[in-house]
Amino acid sequence: MSATSMMLRQPVPEELPLRGRVGMFTLIGAESAVFTIFVVAYIFYIGKSLSGPTPQDVLNAPIFFSVCLLSSSLTIHLAGKALRHRNVATFSRWWFATIALGAIFLYGTAREWQRLIYHEGLTISTNLFGTTYFSLVGLHAFHVIVGLLCLTFVFVFSVLGYVEPKHEYQVELLSLYWHFVDSVWIVVFTVVYIVGR
Amino acid sequence: MRTSSYYGWNRSSAPILCVLCRSREVFALPAHSLSPTNIFAPASTPAHSIFGVSLFVLAVTGAIFVVVFSLLVYTVVRFRKKVDEGSEPAQVYGSTQVEVAWTVVPTLVVVALFMATVRVIADTQRVARPYNALEVIAIGHQFWWEYRYPRLGIVTANELHVPVSDSASPTPTFITLLSADTDHSFWVPRLAGKTDLIPNHPNQMWIDPRETGLFLGQCAQYCGTQHAKMLLRVYVQTADEFNQWVKAQRQTALPTSAASEGQRIFESTACINCHAVAGTSAKGRFGPDLTHLMSRDTIAAGVAANTDQNLRRWIRNPDEIKPGSRMPAMQLNEAQLGAVTAYLETLR
Amino acid sequence: MSSNSISWSNDIVEPRPVVDLLHEWVTTVDHKRLGLLYIAFALTFLVVGGIEATVMRLQLIRPHNNLVSPQVFNRLFTMHGTTMIFFVVMPILFGFGNYLIPLMIGSRDMAFPRLNAFSFWVMAFGGLLLYFSLVGANGLYGAGNAPDVGWFAYAPLTSQTFSPGHSTDFWTLAILVSGFGSIGTAINILATILCMRCPGMSLGRMPLFAWLYLVTAGLVVLAISPLTAAQIMLLVDRYLGGHFFDTQAGGSAVIWMHFFWVFGHPEVYVLVLPAFAFASEIIPVFSRKPIFGYSVMVAATVAIGFISMSVWAHHMFTVGMGAGANTFFVLSTMAIAVPTGIKIFNWLGTMWGGSIEFRTPMLFCIAFLFQFLIAGLTGIMQACAPFDWQLGSSYFVVAHFHYVIVGAILFCTFAALYYWFPKMTGRMYNERLGRLHFWLFLIGFHLTFDFMHIPGLLGMPRRIYTYEPGRGWDIWNLIVTVGVFFQAAAILVLLVNLLWSFWRGTRAGNDPWDAWTLEWSVSSPPPPYNFSSIPAILSRRPLWDLKHPGDPDWRYEGTP
Repeated sequence: MSATSMMLRQPVPEELPLRGRVGMFTLIGAESAVFTIFVVAYIFYIGKSLSGPTPQDVLNAPIFFSVCLLSSSLTIHLAGKALRHRNVATFSRWWFATIALGAIFLYGTAREWQRLIYHEGLTISTNLFGTTYFSLVGLHAFHVIVGLLCLTFVFVFSVLGYVEPKHEYQVELLSLYWHFVDSVWIVVFTVVYIVGR
Repeated sequence: MRTSSYYGWNRSSAPILCVLCRSREVFALPAHSLSPTNIFAPASTPAHSIFGVSLFVLAVTGAIFVVVFSLLVYTVVRFRKKVDEGSEPAQVYGSTQVEVAWTVVPTLVVVALFMATVRVIADTQRVARPYNALEVIAIGHQFWWEYRYPRLGIVTANELHVPVSDSASPTPTFITLLSADTDHSFWVPRLAGKTDLIPNHPNQMWIDPRETGLFLGQCAQYCGTQHAKMLLRVYVQTADEFNQWVKAQRQTALPTSAASEGQRIFESTACINCHAVAGTSAKGRFGPDLTHLMSRDTIAAGVAANTDQNLRRWIRNPDEIKPGSRMPAMQLNEAQLGAVTAYLETLR
Repeated sequence: MSSNSISWSNDIVEPRPVVDLLHEWVTTVDHKRLGLLYIAFALTFLVVGGIEATVMRLQLIRPHNNLVSPQVFNRLFTMHGTTMIFFVVMPILFGFGNYLIPLMIGSRDMAFPRLNAFSFWVMAFGGLLLYFSLVGANGLYGAGNAPDVGWFAYAPLTSQTFSPGHSTDFWTLAILVSGFGSIGTAINILATILCMRCPGMSLGRMPLFAWLYLVTAGLVVLAISPLTAAQIMLLVDRYLGGHFFDTQAGGSAVIWMHFFWVFGHPEVYVLVLPAFAFASEIIPVFSRKPIFGYSVMVAATVAIGFISMSVWAHHMFTVGMGAGANTFFVLSTMAIAVPTGIKIFNWLGTMWGGSIEFRTPMLFCIAFLFQFLIAGLTGIMQACAPFDWQLGSSYFVVAHFHYVIVGAILFCTFAALYYWFPKMTGRMYNERLGRLHFWLFLIGFHLTFDFMHIPGLLGMPRRIYTYEPGRGWDIWNLIVTVGVFFQAAAILVLLVNLLWSFWRGTRAGNDPWDAWTLEWSVSSPPPPYNFSSIPAILSRRPLWDLKHPGDPDWRYEGTP
């Protein structure tokens, strides 16, 4: 039995948000909580290491690589805009630029870690700074990797011709995630390379 | 020179607390006999302060309980469905006045409770140590208590001796709480609320027991297998008794010849890795200091009486008395066991 | 043709192969089936957790008892707490949410059905992983070891130094993994409620059940993640040589407590808000009146959600945080009592002037009201930090939180089981067995948990496998243990009732309770697609409007 027969007046139609957006924002909320705890631990332990290298000794702010990562937010935005204007080829190009910039950022992180571990003697088990640094930056890098994997999937689909303008919604959701990853980096960069030194 | 009003009963709280004092006296005697660890039988200022505010809180929550409980009972009885009832009762959706009333009243109650609480927090935690306070450092171990009296040069274990304090000229004991391994908690209910011992996080507590006697408690933060048997014994003594005890504790172990075989075994086996006996080569700090072992009533942190039989049982196999304790069975044969026990029994 | 095995017709139907049936259930993405899976899973673990509690209570029936060794006892209380919270109460509440939310808001399923299935199976895997520790924690050939660090696993007890082997890791990983499931469910609940309500159902017109689950889901999203983070840190410490909680390297044991309780306190509100949801649906129906003060209930719920994120360190009053911090947390903890009290008064107001029917669901809800009142008051006692310096870490706390989890949450869950059983199975439960369950459980609950407060007041700490005679604790521990057997008997009666009624109960129609929310407008059990056409509604009680066309709710509600 349906309840539509009981309507004597028209109910006011409500503009409901889209599921994907709510889901992605919720996921971002949960991830933000995780990062917050790692950032709090990092800040709490600033200056508390009993021995070993300190941030001032060994950290160099990775400005170039950060610029790459933050620019990738711009490129992914341009990709989305292109798709909204029904230009799949342009979308593909900007999407690829996003992946490239993200990959460059990861390369930068890897290079820095190699320097820290093999030349400066800072590992995750050296002291409190090492533990909190590698955990926080590592957690972020992990999220970048996951993001890049998803982006790569989409890129492969677009190269194979499966991406169409109607997919702008799904692309928007992925972009939201990518923007989140970038904004986390802003916070991490500030805490680790500015506040912590 | 600090007076008792500094850390306990300040002027403005006196009138309210006087009423509660009366009820305290009514409670104290039977409460004490109900249990030696009854939180409602305070014998020291921190415990008294808590007791006072607890009576206030109990009174308030008791009143709330009586009112709401009665309303619930009344509602359930009065508004049950009548047999002949056919139609639905009046559909009431809410009432702003009622909602305001039962928001405002609880808020006021919360404010009152909060004010009473803040007073006691300050009275207990924001207290400066008087110059004549006894200083003790308590170090929690798995599963025993180490006590150091830095200004008196004493190191002992498991049985804390403090002087009785008098409200006219108080001699409180201030205890710094440290831990050598995991988290513990010092809880002797009749003397004070519990305070945790956390590694790398020193804590402070104080007591000023008003009556002599033995006060019991135990570790109140899960610390491993034998958390249950990490018992506390606080001996509150008169000034004379305490001074005598201090004097005896400061002496090194008297050298004896009669038990030298036991001492030889003790000093040439693993015993000295963990235990110390002042004046000998035994300087281990992982286990309790044994210099004045026989001055204690109990062994294994209050778990067994300090008798010859229990000492033998303990040394032969600690797991028999306290399974999971950190001391291993020493694999001594009966003769060696007898000799070592005899040696330990000379450590008065 | 419905895919449910309950059929109305008398035709002879070929019995389907069991493999097919199992396959259907294992691969289902239907919110109703997943809901039932959650509930069945939770009831199974309820029995397991109950057995653990029984053994503990038997060990504590008298001082210096040696029914179990200290090592086994320590594993028992760790497993009991972890099981009950993560693999009984959370799943059963997610189960009811999954089953009922789409039906109550007029949608065909949850927002993300496959994520829903994934969340269930991941949670189930976590539960099995935890119990695998009994055989797996020491490797293939050693005797297994369940975790023994307490359900809140304080550092540095959890470091490799003090907890060698893998038992702690089973605790960590089982909860970590099931946490992903919880977050998945929370995402689903949020998206479903915000995005899939039927026409006319503004946020102000949806059942309070949905509001309570909305706030619960928000709390899960914000609160489970800190635990996930802390557990990752613990794993880094244990396996990568990290120093997050390594006090020897300058690390802090207290920071684990902060991270854990930032999760732990909102977690208990995650547990209790769904119980409030059940009460808020059941009490009105059996009082024959709408919920009193709907908007205030919503506001109180949201307030509880917010304040609950600011009270966590009231679990740490004895840690030595300093007078300032202690004072702040006293204030926030006492503040949360206000919206909570408002809710009790509103339920009271719902019953006031009503026509109360004492069917089994209502019996449990009435008991809930009395018991939650007491639980809340003992909570206020502990909110007073100095009082908590005596009460904390003692059996008083154990009595308090069991009063909430058993006396409030479990009682409401029983009410929900009986109330929605006809909807879920198409059959009525047996009312006499239901009452028997109620009275047995009520007696057992009060024997155990009323008297449990007393040893706490007399100085008995928690997590001790035995205790000294002569402390005055003996008789109370005995009474507490006796109560366990009444509760066990009651659970047996419940399970018999559920199973027997499922096979042999009288058929229930769509709406056996004469209720007013949308789930009662469809058949019992509902068809897989829930509604043949999506309803459009005009008030908070669409079925009341249908049954009372001359006096519909929308005339009085004034909702936009």
